[in-house]
Amino acid sequence: MRNLPFLVLALLAAAAVFGAAKFVGNSYVFFAGYVVLQYVVLATAWNILGGYVGYVNFGTAAFLALGAYSSVAIHKLFPMPIPALILIGGLVSGVIGLLMGYLTLRLRGAFFSIATLALAVVVQTFIINWSFVGGSRGAYIVRPRTTAFFGIDYIEYLFLIMLALAVIAVFSARCIEHSRLGYGFAAIRDDEAAAEASGVPTLRLKLLATTLSGAFMGMAGAPLPYYVTYLDPASGFSLTYAVNAIAMPLIGGTGSWIGPVIGAVLLGTLQQIATVTISSALNLLIVGLVLVGFVIAAPNGLLGLLRGERR
Amino acid sequence: MTALLSVKNVEKRFGGFTALGGIDLEIQAGERVGLIGPNGSGKSTLVNCLSGTLRQDGGSVHLAGRRLDGLPAHARTRLGLARSFQLPRPFASLTVAENVRIPLLYTVNARPGGMLDGPGLTARCLELLDLVGLVRVAGKMPTDLTQIEMRKLELARALASEPTLLIADEAMAGLSHGEIDEILALLLRLNRQGITIILIEHIMRAVMQFSDRLVVLVAGRKIADGLPGEVVRNPEVERAYLGE
Repeated sequence: MRNLPFLVLALLAAAAVFGAAKFVGNSYVFFAGYVVLQYVVLATAWNILGGYVGYVNFGTAAFLALGAYSSVAIHKLFPMPIPALILIGGLVSGVIGLLMGYLTLRLRGAFFSIATLALAVVVQTFIINWSFVGGSRGAYIVRPRTTAFFGIDYIEYLFLIMLALAVIAVFSARCIEHSRLGYGFAAIRDDEAAAEASGVPTLRLKLLATTLSGAFMGMAGAPLPYYVTYLDPASGFSLTYAVNAIAMPLIGGTGSWIGPVIGAVLLGTLQQIATVTISSALNLLIVGLVLVGFVIAAPNGLLGLLRGERR
Repeated sequence: MTALLSVKNVEKRFGGFTALGGIDLEIQAGERVGLIGPNGSGKSTLVNCLSGTLRQDGGSVHLAGRRLDGLPAHARTRLGLARSFQLPRPFASLTVAENVRIPLLYTVNARPGGMLDGPGLTARCLELLDLVGLVRVAGKMPTDLTQIEMRKLELARALASEPTLLIADEAMAGLSHGEIDEILALLLRLNRQGITIILIEHIMRAVMQFSDRLVVLVAGRKIADGLPGEVVRNPEVERAYLGE
């Protein structure tokens, strides 16, 4: 119950964001805002494993794509509303996260990260060769103009869904951070052997982290086919997702739930502005430059900078 | 009487190197055992095998009649076997009080009937920090601590799991004369409170003062086990330390 005030505040903030986007009255705001919110979810999900537990996952794109391709497969078999697709996408990516955990969590540091990268390659190869979901050709999804439930523009609907998902992801991350689980995660990140010696069941907690992190990434990916309307492996497994999901928490600060939110909003907005004013091709360059700047000037992210910390 | 800790024929090999070649050891509840041996004798390997940090290759370990080998380290801690590390390994991103909170959350609260709530946890943390003399630095980060404070934090964290057996691995290394006495007094106080303690140490003055029994390891084998005064006069022990 002590998290209830935060939930109320988060819902109020979400309502204010939606109201502000409505007030602008330009559907592109919803279009661009969706991407920023998607990154809030992705960065928060990455931070559960990477920031809280200290295991750097390079395979974000694979989990996101699993969610997205789950939606494509379900759409072709028996179309369902997007909230149901989000749950299925989360389940699929969560299970893959759990399996990845079992296979890789005895690895540490760079070895674990390389294994996650390998997972992305394996999943991408599998999707490329699965013609039911479009294979290398890609898959088209024709989205309706409006929704049956709300009668609002479909992009606004997708924006609203991603906004709700962002609230759920951030709320969950904050709850974890201030719970027994959060303390266990922090202990693992700081010293795994000492954590075990203190009674922390490190393997079980790491599996929980990979499952939760993977599930949220899959949830973020589930509405993607309806947003892009054409999904192919090159876009679904784009390097941009993996790089942004790492860069955003690092820029915001990895130790707390607010860091990935700050990083995603700042970097995501900057990328959207660059996309419409210069070129979308500059997105990764922007991430790279900002990241280099932060590594030099604020290695603990903006949160660290505000607290006056230096690594 | 059943021994609190019963170690039978414990073996550990690293490739072709035998680090522990069949160690037998029985420790009764309430004992203060000093475990000594030259560098590389297998003391830390034995501690790691007992605590579950390393998996032994053979033999068995029982604590209060319960078989430990095969259990992960966290399960052994919950069963009452706590250890401190040779080099202090604090949780660097957490405060001193939070460092102690971790074992309370994952051992005391994980046991049947153990459910300390928020205020209960805070009170217990402060109680433990008071016991080791760290209550005034409860809110500090471990990086701000002195060497002896780090050692005390290691002990406080081990004590938080409410152990029946505490293995203190070189808890006095790098400390001054006065600081050694301080840790020694703390360990003796803990033993008087009912905690069985194995002290692994190179500082002979401290070991002799602390132990009521001395075990000597050399090259992965136990060469002596008995009263400290007798063990240090054992010709085999003298040879191991001073050479032929």
